[in-house]
Amino acid sequence: MNKEKIIEGLLKLSASITILTTIGILYVLLSESISFFKEVSILEFLTDKEWTPLFVNKHFGILPLVMGTLLTTFIAVSVAIPIGITIAIYLSEYAPNKFRKIVKPLLEILAAVPTIVYGFFALVVVTPFLQSFIPGMSGFNSLSAGIVMGIMIIPYVSSLSEDALRAVPKALRNASFGMGATRLQTAFKVMVPAASSGIIVSIILAFSRAIGETMIVAIAAGQQPRLTLNPLVPIETITAYIVQVSLGDVAHGSLEYKTIFAAGITLFLFTFILNNISYYIRKKFKEQYE
Amino acid sequence: MKNKLEAKNVSVFYDDFQALNNINMSFEENAVTALIGPSGCGKSTYLRLFNRMNDYIESFRLEGEILIDKKNIYNKNIIVEDLRKNIGMVFQKPNPFPKSIFENVAYGLRIQGIKNKAILRIKVRKALQQAALWDEVKNDLDKSALTLSGGQQQRLCIARTLAVEPSIVLMDEPTSALDPIATAKVEKLIYELKKEYTIIIVTHNMQQAKRISDYTAFFYMGDLIEYNKTEHIFTNPTHDRTQNYITGRFG
Amino acid sequence: MNNSKVNRIKDKAFNYFGIFCTLIGLVILAFFIGNIFYDGITRIDWDFLTALPSRKAEKAGILTAWVGSIWIVVFTFLIVVPLGIAAGIYLEEYGKKSKLSELLEVNISNLAGVPSVIYGLLGLEIFVRVLGMGNSILAGSFTLALLVLPIVIVSSREALKAVPKSIRLASFALGSSKWQTIWHQVLPASFGGILTGVILAISRAVGETAPLIVIGALAYVPFTPSSPMDEFTVLPIQIFNWISRPQHEFTVNAAAAIIVLLIITFTMNGIAVYFRNKWQKKINW
Repeated sequence: MNKEKIIEGLLKLSASITILTTIGILYVLLSESISFFKEVSILEFLTDKEWTPLFVNKHFGILPLVMGTLLTTFIAVSVAIPIGITIAIYLSEYAPNKFRKIVKPLLEILAAVPTIVYGFFALVVVTPFLQSFIPGMSGFNSLSAGIVMGIMIIPYVSSLSEDALRAVPKALRNASFGMGATRLQTAFKVMVPAASSGIIVSIILAFSRAIGETMIVAIAAGQQPRLTLNPLVPIETITAYIVQVSLGDVAHGSLEYKTIFAAGITLFLFTFILNNISYYIRKKFKEQYE
Repeated sequence: MKNKLEAKNVSVFYDDFQALNNINMSFEENAVTALIGPSGCGKSTYLRLFNRMNDYIESFRLEGEILIDKKNIYNKNIIVEDLRKNIGMVFQKPNPFPKSIFENVAYGLRIQGIKNKAILRIKVRKALQQAALWDEVKNDLDKSALTLSGGQQQRLCIARTLAVEPSIVLMDEPTSALDPIATAKVEKLIYELKKEYTIIIVTHNMQQAKRISDYTAFFYMGDLIEYNKTEHIFTNPTHDRTQNYITGRFG
Repeated sequence: MNNSKVNRIKDKAFNYFGIFCTLIGLVILAFFIGNIFYDGITRIDWDFLTALPSRKAEKAGILTAWVGSIWIVVFTFLIVVPLGIAAGIYLEEYGKKSKLSELLEVNISNLAGVPSVIYGLLGLEIFVRVLGMGNSILAGSFTLALLVLPIVIVSSREALKAVPKSIRLASFALGSSKWQTIWHQVLPASFGGILTGVILAISRAVGETAPLIVIGALAYVPFTPSSPMDEFTVLPIQIFNWISRPQHEFTVNAAAAIIVLLIITFTMNGIAVYFRNKWQKKINW
């Protein structure tokens, strides 16, 4: 009896490590950021249009990094979402079973390739290719980074959306076919609306994944924080900034050191909000079919 | 008497398994024909031949001909979607779409490209009236169809089917998921509908077949054993198997 | 043309569009990988695998990088496997429907979505500084272990969930305690699924770059580590370092190192998929 209790206690402890991890993340981000904001006002952080903590003339406006992050994210999801959802619809409504069984694990490869490899693709293959017909394009830019990131994210969208479509009762599909609807009409008028919450979850996760992606943008998008929507010029994302600072020799406790935590907490807030929205939609959606 | 549908030398295979064995049968217009037999006898497969719902099964193969108004519906030049607009189907379990009551009934019209709101309203109302559901839902047309009771949902599915004005309605055990009161309503409805439609119904319930059908066909292990006027089948069946089945000795 | 014919054409068109979308990503990836092999395959030889890093591209090798990756993988494995499986067992077998498990569930789902670079910041403060591990293999392993922990927990839970109740009941009926039942019946039955999750998690850890850069793993390490407290580099960081250099020779080195990294990643994923398929066939009880 006693042994059983001890084992249960140990298991519970292991599970609780995950809570400690969250507390650790929050503690680390908050404590360093708070000490950052003692030196830099939140107002400056949120409104200054320049981010130059590593220069002599220091500015601490997060907006250029946020803009860079949103720009690459937007490019990535405009690739991943339409393609991913089309794949999901094709696989669940059209594809022969055999084809689906072969293609699904292949698509997973897209997400399994290390991001450093995608970064290489973006810089060494995609950018020169795009430069050949977009003359003014810089060697570092958000367009190649975003497109390549989008390709990487495709399976996140397609697999979750396909799961959602498959969870819709078959009877609805049959009813629609029985009334003379084509597969396309059935897909868009019955199946997609019925699976909408799951599909929305996959879209949110795609955003969250793109916002947090680091190596592709660190390699291919540049290191120049810039408040721009131009996808052809170098920019810098929050994640790339953290990597840039980590690569250099920045003394612990210095203001430069603290900037990566201030940037980190901004990034964390974005993904935390998106993840929670998707978690609650998913939970609601589960109840709907139970 | 006019023959609406005909099955000629029909056999069905799933890979090597033969599900139906050389069926020959014709169906009378504006009559209710019941298909009965023990589970797995092929009656549902047979029913789904008439609107080609078996086409989605990869291993499915058909020999013979299915004729509707003398035309083979498995001909290459037949557009399946058009065929199904003429042949409605009601399924075992009520399967309304997760949309409003109105949109459920309007679905078939919309996929045909009808956008005119006035026409939609008239047709939806007519279909709901035919399905004897109008009085119960006329004030709640915008409510989700999933808020209806099981029996109401099934009548909604019937209304959905009728809205596109088919000439034939296939019903696959339409009352098997319903309670006795809802079942009685649906049966009464079927009886009314045969004035305008040719109805083929698969049922497990002998009493139901007896109550609502004009003709009854008894299937056993992929064979059509006996097909005749319902009163004849139930009072004086030719085959022992039929006799045994309808009296509940097996099945 | 009537309405149905138009609808039919649209339907067909979408079919081809779907095939196109399904294949486009794969074709691009295949092209990329082909390109990399073309660039890098001739650079791979025994010297490349066994040479120390160098400022001269043609002399530089990946010895310290792949040895460092192996150290990291082994220690990440040792940390994450007991923790992840234990947490999975707790959530699936013990803590069901309690307030704690609800909290754990939201929390794990959240952790799975935290960007990897944030884990780097966590590791930098907690493992490197507060716990005094420095820029060591151990600090890197703990950081990556926390990063992939949600993967192991979630897949362990899935695997445990797939074991039918009847097996548990049969074991209880024979007088086994809860833990005996889990240890002797449920865990062995779910082994394949858990293993799949662990391999996928480790494969993810092999390819991670950002968190290790943040905790201060070095790009240039002139020796192979001999203890978990040593400084280290890993393959992805070596690749990153070479990509960042403008000279073409280093790009070729990067391509060659990527080939090695991809072979490791694909082999691990292949094994994971193999186990998953084998196990899924088995659990069709």
